Amino acid sequence: MSNFEPTLLARINKPDSSSLETYRRDGGYEGFKKALGMAPVDVINIVKDSGLRGRGGAGFPTGLKWTFLPKDHPGPIYLAINADESEPATFNNRILMEQDPHQVLEGIAISCHAIKSNRAYIYLRYEYGRSYRVLQKAIDECYAAGLFGKNIHGTGFDLDVVLHRGAAAYICGEETGLIESLEGKRAWPRIKPPFPAIEGLFRKPTIVNNIETMACVKQILDRGVEWFKSIGVPPDPNNPRDAGSYGPKLYCISGHVNKPGCVELPMGVTSRQLIEEHGGGVWKGNKAKAVVPGGISMGFLSADELDLPLDFNGPGKAGCLGLGTAAITVIDDQTSMVDVLFNCARFFAHESCGQCTPCREGTAWMHKILNRIRMGEGQLRDLDLLTEVAGSMGIIPGTTICGLSDGAAWPIKNAIKKFRGEFEEYIKTGKKTVKPADALMAAH
Amino acid sequence: MPTVIVNNKPVEIAPGEKLNCVQVAQRAGDEIPSYCWHKDLSVVASCRMCLVEVGEKKPDGTIAMQPKLSPGCQTPVKDGMVIVSNSEKVLAAQKATLEYLLLNHPLDCPVCDQAGECGLQDYSYEYGRGYSRLQEPKNIKPDKDYIGDQITLFTDRCIMCTRCVRFTREISGTAEMQVISRGTHEEIDIFPGEPCNNKLAGNVVDLCPVGALCSKDFLYKQRVWWLKSKNSVCPGCSTGCSITVDQNEDILYRLKPRENPQAQGSFMCDEGRFGWKYVHSNSRLTQPEQRTGGQTVSRDWTTVQNALKAALKGAQGQGPSKTAFVVSPWATVEEAYLLTKFAKEISATAKVAMGPVRVVGEDDLYPKDVHGNPMQPTKFTIRAEKCPNRLGVEAVLKHLTGELLTFAAVLDQIGRGEIEQLYVLGGDPEGWISEADVSKLDKLKLLIVQDLLESAASGKAQFVLPGGAWAEKDGTFVNHKGLAQAIHRGLRGPDGSRQDGRILMELLGRSGLFHASTLRQEIAGEIPELAALIVGDLGEEGALLNTAAKSELQPA
Repeated sequence: MSNFEPTLLARINKPDSSSLETYRRDGGYEGFKKALGMAPVDVINIVKDSGLRGRGGAGFPTGLKWTFLPKDHPGPIYLAINADESEPATFNNRILMEQDPHQVLEGIAISCHAIKSNRAYIYLRYEYGRSYRVLQKAIDECYAAGLFGKNIHGTGFDLDVVLHRGAAAYICGEETGLIESLEGKRAWPRIKPPFPAIEGLFRKPTIVNNIETMACVKQILDRGVEWFKSIGVPPDPNNPRDAGSYGPKLYCISGHVNKPGCVELPMGVTSRQLIEEHGGGVWKGNKAKAVVPGGISMGFLSADELDLPLDFNGPGKAGCLGLGTAAITVIDDQTSMVDVLFNCARFFAHESCGQCTPCREGTAWMHKILNRIRMGEGQLRDLDLLTEVAGSMGIIPGTTICGLSDGAAWPIKNAIKKFRGEFEEYIKTGKKTVKPADALMAAH
Repeated sequence: MPTVIVNNKPVEIAPGEKLNCVQVAQRAGDEIPSYCWHKDLSVVASCRMCLVEVGEKKPDGTIAMQPKLSPGCQTPVKDGMVIVSNSEKVLAAQKATLEYLLLNHPLDCPVCDQAGECGLQDYSYEYGRGYSRLQEPKNIKPDKDYIGDQITLFTDRCIMCTRCVRFTREISGTAEMQVISRGTHEEIDIFPGEPCNNKLAGNVVDLCPVGALCSKDFLYKQRVWWLKSKNSVCPGCSTGCSITVDQNEDILYRLKPRENPQAQGSFMCDEGRFGWKYVHSNSRLTQPEQRTGGQTVSRDWTTVQNALKAALKGAQGQGPSKTAFVVSPWATVEEAYLLTKFAKEISATAKVAMGPVRVVGEDDLYPKDVHGNPMQPTKFTIRAEKCPNRLGVEAVLKHLTGELLTFAAVLDQIGRGEIEQLYVLGGDPEGWISEADVSKLDKLKLLIVQDLLESAASGKAQFVLPGGAWAEKDGTFVNHKGLAQAIHRGLRGPDGSRQDGRILMELLGRSGLFHASTLRQEIAGEIPELAALIVGDLGEEGALLNTAAKSELQPA
């Protein structure tokens, strides 16, 4: 691992890294040129062969997703790029967009060629003001340089890239919520099927991909399938459904560590490695009590699960929902899990779009119950109630349209299972960790 | 035949028929509870009340069930599908959903208008857990009385099924309503300054499965379990919406649309919905009257009727009769028939004419686009012809008199002195003669008015017979496309008034009570165009007049 060299982040923090000039000097847009010389289906096959899985959280194989588009569709076909990076503690897309926007745009251009799309929309969350300015400037540069627009490189391929700034909601990161929002509607996720690849944006076939996935596509075109497959974790031979976790990944480290940040590492490092080797250890000399493997909706890893590899399968083995966005949040042993869980529940109650009854009411109810526990008025039966409520919502039991409530339920189920002793202790001692002003804040 | 298995019961569906699990279960006699689903609106599958287990029966007889629950409203059925709506898993999901819906619902049923016909009450009783485990305070949301001139919103009772929002977007097309905020703080609202006052707005109250959207007109007037409902037909225009008339102690409280795919579908317009107030007007005629030289001679039904008959018979001379009868298009088929018979009894040459057919503007088509232009496909039409039974009356007159005399022609003939006696059967609350034309009646030697409301014309009449409003009588209306529907006597008229059918039976000297079904059969035997009435009882959906006659009866 010591000889691993960052590729996605290779140009970060270099002078003027966001300009087209420096990007081209570093060999930029050669991959796009190469792709334009190939048949679209060959580009799809390269991505498929590389084993690239979506970096947005679900880890769906990107090449496979592209093949779901209807064959010989008269068009238009759209590419929607999910830059609504709204999972808490996740900030890898932001670094890519702010520091190396052309890498992302080249990936988008290649992908558009592959799926025969002439129009890509980048759905950017509102809070990313700098990303917006940098990306917009980069897009303008590309148009001026003839990289986007009509008849690119004389190949007859047209491409328009539209940067859209959302109005900031967690649900806009759900692919059909994003599509609805992009259409100018309330971001209520759609009923699936039809999946976006068949009927998506403006009722046309649409592929929704993440920013980091786009950067990976660019790197795969440049460096080849073999390079990509040489990094990461091969499929588990005992699990026929595992597609492997290849390639480099941007891991975000935050929470109670000395050195939070974003690092590029091969797939499959452990949380302990991330904390010790890259995060500078847990702060104040404390020990880690729990780690969120990738966005709070994935649940928690307890202190003795820190050696699990963070690939697409690893966290699942410890009862987490999945790898998610690979953004670990470290919680030290001085922090009450009640407070942590309360904060999670508050987030999801705030972000539930309110379409499906179980999620709309369930997330708010769990928030209310956890608030009561936190105020020292909990009862032991509340823990079972929380587990029951959490178990009744989500697409896994089939009671909601989208996966938001699975994500809302998972940390609750996980925390109560793994830290039940702490919750019981807290309830029994009638301890209060909130000051009155905080309580007012919580009521908001 | 494709077959679906619902809770172990096989249900056959027609090939090519598009149904969802909720509809198929209905056929099997099982209920899958649902809130957000409505057959005329788009499917959102968001209330999650209709969760069921679905699976497939393989050709080898084995059944493979899907591991997760599916919303029944969103799942189309196909041959060999297996639906289970009574398993423990489904019951648990229904219980959970109801508990969620009730978490922030105020449970103010004692003061709620919807109580007694409320989806939450019914399903809680049937599928709920009976108590809530919520210990925290409920959300409090502001009531909104500004939703529309006729609509008020009790926001905290809302369960966010969004039927109202979808109705204004998909059926009226006016899109006044929307969802604001997010998550549990979500509320139904209007766009600022754009109240929901379109002509179909009242339907959102019916669509609301709980007591959130209430009709200001009906609010706090009556508990619904005191109301008695009768099937009827809205007389407001020739669309002939199927409705129910809800009354208590002979006071009409509201009209509600009744689903009838043959007539209008599931909805009705506000003109009809709130346009019944004249039924309880202070100017209703409540006493029969015989007048001579401005003096009331008698107020006794028998005396008045006998005198009337004698007056009409006495006026017949040797030549062609100078007596005319006018049947309003607000009269039922039966009344038109009886009055024509009476006319023929008075004199074989007595004229029978069609009353004035009120037409206001043009047909109003919905949904509309943002500019107010109608969009295809049309989902609801408010027709310009503001009477319920022009086709029915026409069919009777054409057959029994061989011609169709218009009211304008009658006025002309009065002017020329060719008509000296006039018997008018009214019923239109807007009256049957304009202020300008009333003076034309002065030339008459005898005017008999059988109507609902006092008018300048009834003031001139020598005989006044107080009839019943449409809600007070049995009969048949034929709508714009030749659909004959039964109206039923929902309430008794004011003391002193009588059902028009009964008055005419008495004038004809027919024995027995006025019985619409029997009369329909008599009419069907005599008038080929109305042969479809032979069924007597027209049922809930009514009967289309036969095709040959229908093409003849189509409005031009």
